[in-house]
Amino acid sequence: MVLLQNLINALQWGSFYALIALGYSMVYSILMLFNFAHGDIFMVGAYIGFGVASALIALTTMGAFALPNWLILVLTIIFSMFLTSFVGMIVERVGYRPLRAAPRASAAITGLMIGIILETGNLALLGAQRVSFPSMVDTTTYDLGGVFVTNKKIMIVVVSLLLAAALHQFIRRTRYGMAMRAMAFDYVVVPLMGVPLNTMAAMTFALGSALAAAAGILFGVAYPVLDPYMGILIGWKAFVAAILGGRGSIMGATLAGFLLGFIEIFVAMIFPSTLRDLIAYSIVLLILVFRPHGFFGEAYSARLRL
Amino acid sequence: MKKGVLLAGVIICIAVVAAFYACGPKGPETIKIGINAPITGDIPKVGEGTKYAAEMWLEDINAAGGLEVGGKKYKVELVIEDNESKAESAVAVTTKMITEDGVLAIVGPQASKQAIPAGGKANELETPMISPWSTNPDTTKDRPYVFRGCFLDPFQGPVVANFVRDEFGFTKAAVLYDVASDYPKGLAEFFKEAWEKINGPGSVVAFESFTTKDTDFSSQLTKIINSGAEVLFTPQYYNEVALIVQQAHQLGWDKPIVGSDSWGSAETVQLCGKDCYGLFFSTHYAAAGATGATKEFIDRYNAKYGYVPDDVGALTWDSMRIVQQAIQDTGGLSGDIKKDRKAVRDAMAKIKEFDGITGKMTFTEEGDPIKCAVIVKISDTGEFEFYKSVCP
Repeated sequence: MVLLQNLINALQWGSFYALIALGYSMVYSILMLFNFAHGDIFMVGAYIGFGVASALIALTTMGAFALPNWLILVLTIIFSMFLTSFVGMIVERVGYRPLRAAPRASAAITGLMIGIILETGNLALLGAQRVSFPSMVDTTTYDLGGVFVTNKKIMIVVVSLLLAAALHQFIRRTRYGMAMRAMAFDYVVVPLMGVPLNTMAAMTFALGSALAAAAGILFGVAYPVLDPYMGILIGWKAFVAAILGGRGSIMGATLAGFLLGFIEIFVAMIFPSTLRDLIAYSIVLLILVFRPHGFFGEAYSARLRL
Repeated sequence: MKKGVLLAGVIICIAVVAAFYACGPKGPETIKIGINAPITGDIPKVGEGTKYAAEMWLEDINAAGGLEVGGKKYKVELVIEDNESKAESAVAVTTKMITEDGVLAIVGPQASKQAIPAGGKANELETPMISPWSTNPDTTKDRPYVFRGCFLDPFQGPVVANFVRDEFGFTKAAVLYDVASDYPKGLAEFFKEAWEKINGPGSVVAFESFTTKDTDFSSQLTKIINSGAEVLFTPQYYNEVALIVQQAHQLGWDKPIVGSDSWGSAETVQLCGKDCYGLFFSTHYAAAGATGATKEFIDRYNAKYGYVPDDVGALTWDSMRIVQQAIQDTGGLSGDIKKDRKAVRDAMAKIKEFDGITGKMTFTEEGDPIKCAVIVKISDTGEFEFYKSVCP
C-alpha cells in the first residue's frame, strides 16, 4: 500500500524533472552548451501561467465569456507555452547568440547571469510576496483502497508524458526535427549545407522554454505557492537528470527525470528523511561512475538521439 | 604610465572621500536604530510587518518632536536593512549597521535562523540587539547584549503538547519539520521531548524532516499517515504550511494538524485556503477580540496598511518600545557611541516589568521575557480566533 502510494507520489514528482530536463538536453544537443537559465525560465513560465490563468478567470467571472474550468486550464497551458517560448527566444538572442564564437565557459556563465536577472527582475516587478496559484480545477481525491490519488496528479503525469511523446514525434517526423537532428550531428558543417543555424537555435530554445512553461503551470497546480527563486533548486536537479539520461538524449532525459523522482521519494521512504538528498544524490553519483555518459549517452558525441 | 597615474589619482580620491565619510558629522543629535528585517527571501510578509510596525513607532516619536532622553530631545532615524531571510546576510547587515551606520541599538532579525548568528555578532561588537520574534533559546544564551520580545521554544513546545493532549486526548503524534532551519528544528525537538514526557517514550511515532525550499512532502507524509499518528505537528513558516496541509489532505489525512507561532502570518490563510480552516496553533497574541492598547494598535495598523497585523508586527512594536524605554532609562547620552551602547544595554537588562500589547512581561537574567502564550483557532471564515491562554 505504502509502496503504491509512493509510486504515485514519485510519478508526479518525476514529471517535473522530466519536462525540465528535456529543455536542457535539446539545447545541449544543438549548441553544445547547457542553458543554466533554464530553471528560471521554468519560474517565468509558472508566473506567466499565473497571469494568464488570473486573466482568464477574471474575464469569465466578469461574464465576457463562459468557459468550463478544465478549458481554462488547457488554454492557460497553451497560451503560457506560447508566450514563454518567446522568453526563451529572447534569452537566446540576447544572451547566447552574441557569444556563439566565445569560449563555452563564457556562454555557460551567461546562463547563470540571465538566471539571476530573471529572478531579480521578477522580484522588482512583483515583489517578494508569495503568489498563490489560482486553483482552476477543484481537487477530487479518489480513495483506491488506501491509496490516494487526486485528479490533479493524474493530469500532471498524463500531460507530461503526452508532451514528451509529442516532442519525440516532432523530432522524428518533421523537417524541422530532421534539421535539428542533423545539426546535433555536426553544428559546424550542417549550417554550411543550408540549414539556418540561428533559426534552429531559436526554435530549440522556444521548444525547451515551452516545455518548461508547461512544467511551471503543472507545478503551480500541484504546489500552488510561487516565488521568484522556485526555479533554482529544481533546475539544478533537472540538470542532473539531463546528465543522467545522457547529454542530448530526449528519451534519456525523460526517463532519467522520472528515475530521479523515484530515487528521491523512495530514499525518503526507506531511510530517515533527513538524509534524503544525501543518499539520493550519492546514488546518482554512483550511477555516473559506472555510466559516465548517462544511460543513453555516447562518448565524444552529442548527437540528438531518440 | 599615464594609466598608472590615473589609477593612483582615482585611489587617492576614493581614499579622501572615504576618510571624509568616516570622520563626517556624527553628532549626538540623532539616534539611529537599526531594523534588521527579511524584506525579501522566504518570509517577506514578516519583513513587511517589521518595517510597518517600526515606521508606525517612528511616527509617534516624530509627532512628539523627537525622543527625550535626560531632558534633551533627539531626532530618531531608522536604518532599515534587508537580510534576505539568510543567516549570512543577517550577520553582514548587523556588522554594517554597527560599524558603518553607528546605530545605538538593533531590532531584529526576526527568525531564529538569522537571529542566532546575528546575535553573536551584535554581542561581539557590544551593541544591544533585541529580536522580537526569535523563540529559539540560543539567540540570547550567554549573550549579555542580546534580548528578545517573545517567549521561548522550551516553553512553547510543552504548551502545544499539553494543549493537544488536553483538547483531543491523543497519545500518538507525528512531527514534520525543516531540518535546515533553526526555529523549526529546535521547536520540533522541544515538542518531541514534551510529548514523550507526557505520553511515554516512542509516542512520537513519526519524526520526519525536509530541507528549506522543498515543495514536495508526499514521501514524508505517506510515512506519517501510515505510522498511526493521531495528530501532526508542523512548526513551519506560512509558505510551507500551505503546501504541507494541502498535500496531507490530498494523501488522505483527515486528522488535526497543529502549528506554532510561525503560522501566525496574515498570509497563512491566503495561501492555504479552506484546507487550513479549523486548525490550531500556538502564538503570541490573537487579533480578534483584543482590547485596550492592543486593539488601539491593531486598529491603527489596519487603517494605515489595510490588514490586521500579525504577531510579528505586534512583537516588533513592543520591542521598539522596550528599546525606547531602555534609551530613556539611561538618563542621558554621552555622544560616545560605545559608552552609550553599553548604557542602553544595562538599562534594558534592568527593565523589570514591561506592559506590552502582547501581554505583560518580566525579564530573566538571560534577557528573555516570561509571558503567556495563546492558542488560536483558524475559524471557518479564515480568521485567527482566540481559543485559550496558557501561562507559565
